[in-house]
Amino acid sequence: MGMEGIGARVTRKEDKRFLTGKGRYTDDMVVPGMKHAFFVRSPHAHARITGIDASVALGMPGVIAVLEGKQLQADGIGNLICGWMVHSKDGTPMKMGAWRPLAIDTVRYVGDAVAIVVADSAAEARDAAEAVMVDYDELPAVTTSLAALGADAPQIHPEAPGNLIFDWQIGDPAATDAAIAAAAHVIEIDILNNRLSPNPMEPRATLGIYDEAEDHFTCYTTSQNPHVARLVMSAFYNVAPENKLRVIAPDVGGGFGSKIYIYPEEIVCLWASKKTGVPVKWTSDRTEAFLTDAHGRDHVSTVKMAFDKDHRITGLKVDTVANLGAYMSLFSSAVPTYLYATLLSGQYAIPAIHANVRTVYTNTVPVDAYRGAGRPEATYLLERTIETAARELGISPVELRRKNFIRTFPYQTPVIMTYDAGDYEASLSAAMQAADWDGFPARRAQSEARGMKRGIGMSCYIEACGIAPSQAVGSLGAGVGLWESAEVRVNAVGTIEVLTGSHSHGQGHETTFAQLVADRLGVPIASVNIVHGDTDKVQMGMGTYGSRSGAVGMSAVVKALDKVEMKAKKIAAHLMEADEADIVIENGDVKVAGTDKSLPWFQVALAAYTAHNLPSGMEPGLKESAFYDPSNFTFPAGCYIAEVEIDPETGKTEILQFVAADDFGNIINPMIVEGQVHGGLAQGIGQALLEEVRYDENNGQLLTASYMDYAMPRADDLPSFSLSHQNTPCPGNPLGIKGCGEAGAIGSPPALMNAITDAIGINTLSMPATPLKVWSALQAVQMRQAAE
Amino acid sequence: MYATSYHRTSSVDEAVNLRASQDEGRYISGGMTLIATMKQRLAAPSDLIDLRHIAGLKGITVKGRTVRIGAATPHADVASSVEIRALCPAICNLAGMIGDPHVRHMGTIGGSVANNDPAADYPSAVLALNATIITDRREIPADEFFQGMFETALQDTEILTAIRFEAPDKAGYAKFANPASRYALTGVFVAKTASGVRVAVTGAGSGGVFRVPEMEAALGASYLPESVAGISVDPGLLMEDMHATAEYRANLVRVMAKRAVQSSL
Ligand SMILES: Cc1cc2nc3c(=O)[nH]c(=O)nc-3n(C[C@H](O)[C@H](O)[C@H](O)COP(=O)(O)OP(=O)(O)OC[C@H]3O[C@@H](n4cnc5c(N)ncnc54)[C@H](O)[C@@H]3O)c2cc1C
Repeated sequence: MGMEGIGARVTRKEDKRFLTGKGRYTDDMVVPGMKHAFFVRSPHAHARITGIDASVALGMPGVIAVLEGKQLQADGIGNLICGWMVHSKDGTPMKMGAWRPLAIDTVRYVGDAVAIVVADSAAEARDAAEAVMVDYDELPAVTTSLAALGADAPQIHPEAPGNLIFDWQIGDPAATDAAIAAAAHVIEIDILNNRLSPNPMEPRATLGIYDEAEDHFTCYTTSQNPHVARLVMSAFYNVAPENKLRVIAPDVGGGFGSKIYIYPEEIVCLWASKKTGVPVKWTSDRTEAFLTDAHGRDHVSTVKMAFDKDHRITGLKVDTVANLGAYMSLFSSAVPTYLYATLLSGQYAIPAIHANVRTVYTNTVPVDAYRGAGRPEATYLLERTIETAARELGISPVELRRKNFIRTFPYQTPVIMTYDAGDYEASLSAAMQAADWDGFPARRAQSEARGMKRGIGMSCYIEACGIAPSQAVGSLGAGVGLWESAEVRVNAVGTIEVLTGSHSHGQGHETTFAQLVADRLGVPIASVNIVHGDTDKVQMGMGTYGSRSGAVGMSAVVKALDKVEMKAKKIAAHLMEADEADIVIENGDVKVAGTDKSLPWFQVALAAYTAHNLPSGMEPGLKESAFYDPSNFTFPAGCYIAEVEIDPETGKTEILQFVAADDFGNIINPMIVEGQVHGGLAQGIGQALLEEVRYDENNGQLLTASYMDYAMPRADDLPSFSLSHQNTPCPGNPLGIKGCGEAGAIGSPPALMNAITDAIGINTLSMPATPLKVWSALQAVQMRQAAE
Repeated sequence: MYATSYHRTSSVDEAVNLRASQDEGRYISGGMTLIATMKQRLAAPSDLIDLRHIAGLKGITVKGRTVRIGAATPHADVASSVEIRALCPAICNLAGMIGDPHVRHMGTIGGSVANNDPAADYPSAVLALNATIITDRREIPADEFFQGMFETALQDTEILTAIRFEAPDKAGYAKFANPASRYALTGVFVAKTASGVRVAVTGAGSGGVFRVPEMEAALGASYLPESVAGISVDPGLLMEDMHATAEYRANLVRVMAKRAVQSSL
């Protein structure tokens, strides 16, 4: 592997720039003549717009323009779309309501954009925005999915009667019902998955620049996938043809999914730049981020799990209602369907599964993928259910899981997925050993002696990364392919640029992708530069989400490197008069195996560019590109254990230990992987203990619109994590990589909730397990016991 | 934030005169409350009169058992004061629990007490310690100073210049932090002096910081955690919001009072 190759704990190349404040984010971009935008947003969750009067605002200092939706529509700018078609079980296509970049007649959530004000400064734009008089006729609003399905619920989009977007199913209903009917035991449980706000450290921002001379647009934006942004803005929103639109996603400070999507602001700022003749920048503030960044989760489910008399699972029936908010965001339809229900087999052999999913409109922020996207919801549901089953059947949760583990691979689940490799027992044993699972009863006794309630819980998760192959996702309704591209450019002096369609917004690609090249060619990572995030520099690519950059993005780099290596070997063989088959590349030298003949790497590169002495017929240069389309998803899996102590007087949970045993296949940089797991665990623990987006159910106002009320996890909410890695290399890609970006957020919530419910002996608690909720649950039991 | 004019003053008189000449002016100390409110456009002062550079407004003096903390003293200085810790560690611990390091190095005791946020920590200490609030024109006893949520005895242009108290025999503070904001969801400060025990509760009361006479009497008779374990406050007097019901707060008042006494022993 070498000092900097695959498997080395290389410190991150990008960190110097980030830690010294030299990162360059969208809001850092300054171009001549640039002006600032502020959006006029709806203060109501649901209302008809009866008039917009900008006359006062237009007369205010510094104001250049106030533009509204009708003008945008007149200029032919299209509506926002959801790019994944899902059909209801009756065959009808999903019912997508119109999402105008600037609302024209109706606003559907608090924060819905109505107009844009462009002014010399951001403060002047904001002052003027307050003076834009919008008249509204308020309409009744609904914020929860179940209420939105109610008979007398307000109708949100004319296209979706009863607010139902689709009623979809997967699996075999008859076989599942039969399994339940024949079961020795049926476990039933209601599961809520709380709604979350992603909260990347960098809020969204965009800078739209129209160049009249070239009739060309440039869009700086906080995107995880600039090429997809360009494609969508060009093909669907009619902003400009692709060759007249450059999208740049420079340094991006976290995304967690929320920066996959195209939002109204990018489109409107580009259009406004043409309209006003000046570059237009907008940067969200934190409250705007709470009000407009796509939220995550928000599922309500009922579950039935059937067991035979030997405690083998024979069937699983799930009914889920997913809240998609006021509009269908870019991939919103895929999250509660193909990214969720396809994982409902978990790590277990379940012969029959049936899941029914209804998605609904509500007067809330659109909901889309957030770290894990569907897989945390599936894992939470399954791992809470199996834990409940163990409690109700009176057997050990470890034994129940072990008894039902899938042990031979490949394994075809009843819900599309074919698991390619795994060793669930290995992670389970590693986690149990690290947690000293068997020593728990003694520790519990110690806690009890101090008046505290101690609990332990586990979760055995599986997830699917690197969503693919393109043909398969296309047949399931995806509007795009899910391959990745790479170009490896060897410069004349041997330094290397890798152009990747992946996008790094915290993942450390500038380091790990360089490690891959260092591993192959033996060159130092300092001589390798990773170029990403600019559609003018990088060939079409699909971006970063779903832990796909390693498994898919790096595999594309491998393919391009194969070609580079092949050509370099040909050149070297020619120069050293050897057989191509005998050439090896080692430690930065190109050698003839078994001889002392050798050329330094840079000389081979130079030869390719001087082209003075190349094999006859060979083109000069050393630059290759590749597109890689995986043959399958990858399937990271693992076992997490949480041990908690609860103070019954206050209901406060303290995490005493958290163990994560993950199988991510091969690992490029263990330090970066550990960082990804730590971050994922923090977000998963946040979901379980602290975080919840809450709306006022009467009027649709967002109650958690700042950190005063939305509880983000902080360092002192978290324990030191105990991590370990098991490895069954992924057979589906050349590097054997599975992906590690989301596992922490997927596996941790059920482990914690299993531990907390174990501690208090009450199984019905929902996330987040705040001190208030835990104390109230304990109180209720006490009152009941007192009454009996 | 709306446009505003900033003034750095160098004496209390200068600040008061300036403030008196403006309709919509505000004093600013650490700005940890006021700036955030202005950024949200919930406050729009025409002028900000900065008090932090006035000589004598910042700093801690201890004479015998009398502690005087200048209004512009940041929380971090109180938290780390060796002199105060020797006499009344509870108030140092309280200051060390406010917000995060940034907030503790900017926010001041004068700003906190003048603001009288119902979830702020300091008001409970000021009330339980029976402190004196010193202003540019008078001295106000704590029992008269706090007059309900965000309401104090301060007049429009009056400047709080210092807080003074006699070190108690024993004192303890126990805080249950709001999981989101980390302000006090309920905080209880207990102080025992020769003239009796005072118990002040912050974070919980719908009228701001308040005392609990039953607990004071019980602790006066027997200064032990168990003495307050059975005393409950009326939930009807407590706040209710998404983070805590009134019943939960009532429970926390009891539990935190017990722990405050415990920590002072
Ligand atoms: C992230 C964060 C977390 C926080 N957490 C906590 C917490 O856990 N507990 C807690 O108690 N507080 C907390 N605070 C508030 C913090 O303690 C503030 O510092 C304090 O409430 C106000 O002090 P200041 O000096 O910043 O006052 P400023 O914000 O400058 O002023 C506040 C108000 O007091 C007035 N004022 C200021 N000084 C004087 C004076 N000398 N005379 C008369 N009027 C004056 C101002 O006009 C203004 O109305 C937090 C704040 C932040 C931003």
